[in-house]
Amino acid sequence: MSTRTIQGQKNLQDIRQASKDGIGGSPLRPDGNLKVKGEFAYSSDMWHEDMLWGMALRSPHPRANILGVDISEALKLPGVYAVLTHEDIPGSKFYGLEIQDQPALAIDKVRYHGEAIALVAADHPETARRAVKKIKVEYEVLTPIVTEEQCLAPEIHGYVHEPHEFKSHGHGNICHEQRLVSGLGVTDEVRAMADVIVSGTYEVGMQDQAFLGPESGLAVPAEDGGIDLYVATQWLHVDRQQMAPVLALPEEKVRLTLAGVGGAFGGREDLSMQIHASLLAQRTGKPVKIVYARDESFFGHVHRHPARMFYEHGATRDGKLVFADCRIVLDGGAYASASPAVVGNAASLGHGPYVIPNVKMHAIALYSNNPSCGAMRGFGAVQAAFGYETQMDRLAAELGMDPVELRQLNAMAEGDRLPTGQQIDSPAPVAELLQRVKDMPLPPPLDLDNLDVRTLPGALSNTSHGEGIVRGIGYSVGIKNVGFSEGFDDYSTARVRLEVIGGEPVAMVHTAMAEVGQGGVTVHAQIARTELGVEQVTIHPANTEVGSAGSTSASRQTYMTGGAVKLAAEAVKQALIEKGRRRYGWTQLDIDLVDGKVVSRSAGALISMVDLLGDEAIDLTREHHHRPTVPFDKETGQGFGHVQYTFCANRAVVDVDVELGLIKVVELTAAQDVGKALNPLSVVGQIQGGCTQALGLAVMEEIIVKDGKVRNASFTDYLIPTILDTPPIPVDILELPDPNAPYGLRGVGEAPTVSATPSIVAAIRQATGIALNRIPVRPEHLTGTL
Amino acid sequence: MRVTFTANGKPVEADDVWEGESLLYVLRERVGLPGSKNACEQGECGSCTVYLDGTPVCSCLVAAGQVQGREVRTVEGLADEDGELGLVQQAFIDAGAVQCGFCTPGLLVQTDALLEQDAQPSDTDIREALSGNLCRCTGYEKIMDAVRLASARKCAKAASE
Repeated sequence: MSTRTIQGQKNLQDIRQASKDGIGGSPLRPDGNLKVKGEFAYSSDMWHEDMLWGMALRSPHPRANILGVDISEALKLPGVYAVLTHEDIPGSKFYGLEIQDQPALAIDKVRYHGEAIALVAADHPETARRAVKKIKVEYEVLTPIVTEEQCLAPEIHGYVHEPHEFKSHGHGNICHEQRLVSGLGVTDEVRAMADVIVSGTYEVGMQDQAFLGPESGLAVPAEDGGIDLYVATQWLHVDRQQMAPVLALPEEKVRLTLAGVGGAFGGREDLSMQIHASLLAQRTGKPVKIVYARDESFFGHVHRHPARMFYEHGATRDGKLVFADCRIVLDGGAYASASPAVVGNAASLGHGPYVIPNVKMHAIALYSNNPSCGAMRGFGAVQAAFGYETQMDRLAAELGMDPVELRQLNAMAEGDRLPTGQQIDSPAPVAELLQRVKDMPLPPPLDLDNLDVRTLPGALSNTSHGEGIVRGIGYSVGIKNVGFSEGFDDYSTARVRLEVIGGEPVAMVHTAMAEVGQGGVTVHAQIARTELGVEQVTIHPANTEVGSAGSTSASRQTYMTGGAVKLAAEAVKQALIEKGRRRYGWTQLDIDLVDGKVVSRSAGALISMVDLLGDEAIDLTREHHHRPTVPFDKETGQGFGHVQYTFCANRAVVDVDVELGLIKVVELTAAQDVGKALNPLSVVGQIQGGCTQALGLAVMEEIIVKDGKVRNASFTDYLIPTILDTPPIPVDILELPDPNAPYGLRGVGEAPTVSATPSIVAAIRQATGIALNRIPVRPEHLTGTL
Repeated sequence: MRVTFTANGKPVEADDVWEGESLLYVLRERVGLPGSKNACEQGECGSCTVYLDGTPVCSCLVAAGQVQGREVRTVEGLADEDGELGLVQQAFIDAGAVQCGFCTPGLLVQTDALLEQDAQPSDTDIREALSGNLCRCTGYEKIMDAVRLASARKCAKAASE
């Protein structure tokens, strides 16, 4: 670690909190106090007295050959310390999460609008900006490969990655594909078994994570030749794994500490500024800070895959599903990122939480010259849910059935098999969740006599006084996997230390888990309190000095790192009890730690933990691996691919101004099974936040890409829901324990983002009678003025 | 140029300020007050909201030179001298309205200003007042809870005084 001081280090030291709340309680966040005082150091707050500012030159073209880069004028600018191109990279020039296909700086060509070509380090951000402008790049601009048709005909339109430079598992411009067949598949004979068939083509636009804290961090060159990086990320160890070969350093010389993270939602799974700042720090020998501006953030991280989907469902006259035939095309953009895993999810979860005897599925991710897409909350399940839930509504309409009843009739339950052949071996209360949202009281109808126009579609713009407003109600349910799938050895590491400080037993929890706002730090303290019977817990800053925690994604951290904290705390408890047995010869089998004491349920209190511990600390590290999964068979999609499933149901009530095409979501209700709510306050917060991102996808959020160019890289033009756009979100929590999970818990964060979007679109459809096969729904879709 | 102003009641001065720098940049990078956040730097998200002579403004839209001789109050100035949290700050913690917390400083200043003006705002008033502050984590429900809680506590405090 650097011995120099870095401003804003408060949260990089232990955060200590006392509470009686173990799991099931809702103690307050240990970092809350720092956050409301403005003292919590986010990655963009890192500051060093002699630091430089790093900045990247980014391509204005989505596809071009680079004929030459001239950095000489930039280097002459006073205050510029370094200008780097790919030629200055000391080690490997490529990195990637699953496929190493992404150059750290563009080599001879650019493949997307905004790709980084060169780096500058300067003494002031404005100097860096001016230097970036002085770098001259000579381009041979090429026609970008951007549509599905272009991507699938490389012999006509070309390759995003030429076959000889291919680093993917796919072929042509297909990055990854997954087929799935179950039952009899979908043949003419199977089709003939259905009384009713509905089909449709659906589109999902490119959504952005739009976390508020920009990509940023501070790279500090260390005396041993290594790099200390303070950064906002979702997975410290996988960042390091990708960085070290590029920096030509052994992994142990690349030390990462988590700086405050201002939201993530999948957008920080890939590297952004980590390598760039480190390269500049290596070259200049000075600390280098990079902070993306908002437009650069839109260029600098991967987005949710836009999708084109074809769905065909057949059912009997009484509403039983007979078959589903699906094709899902995801645009993965220029580099693979997490596309292979997203494809696996879309294929295996693309039929929804329904029992369907015969299924055919083909999901692919394309390479294109559009922006790269990868992880975002819901991860492949979101796009599919819009497809299959729209199909359920259409099927219900065709059969003259209630859409909730149709869903309940086909809902999967514990013991059923997914189309992958995997049997659901824990509760799957799909029908019950739907019933719960249906049974919740509806908001009062629009009262035209007592209107506050601010509550109408158009709100503060005063566009209506109630005329032209129609109300609709829609329902949906979704399925999401938890944790990493398809044979990945998903694990997390936790270190727990128990010692006496100031006459009290204090537990310390040290993990590399990225706290991105989800509240993992609160839950870890709760678990330590529950297992060790202490009130005082300190949370050690997350860094690479302890083993990997895996990613803060896939709804997995409470399950995985929470599970590791539980294992480590249990080991510490056993070690302490063993110490007592050795010293005092206790023979009881029912010894536990409660309220700072070692107690026997049969014999009462034995000794205080303080007395038993004495000056000795117990410090143990444990790994938590979830049960193994297997990769899906390439052709049939069969296999025990996912470790856990989670379900959420929604009901949306919307008001639509049918004249102006404006929408106001009046209420968005959610019911979710969380297995066990370790912290009910946080669980509800996660569900409400997830629903709101789904609302954004339903009615406003889309990165507009035209001919490969991003047209709205700002918060002026890329709209995320404000507090005026967001309705009350009543949440109903169900707790049916999963016997395979720590405390029976289920991952929480993603399921509502999967399920809530279709309910809002269904409600708009009910209000307007318009088919709406594309999201986000825009005013022009409702007014016919497209 | 040199810029001198008052930040949270204390005189501050910043030297060598480039004319294009914003108040936000000066606060964060020169004065050592990084509490105001830099999420969009074009006045869309409200994360950098501070009081300027008592009025909430987006500090990213204020040129550094404009604050010469004026009074700035940031999120760092909402707690009292002993570090005791202000009423709005405590309500945000208690209601679970802080997740990643990046929007929190701006929301705290804006909420503080709202309740100064109207201690008992309606839900629609709250939504209108906070509509310039984006939050990506919470879904705003807990923020509504926090403002209602702060309002109730403020009214109870006023009644008991």
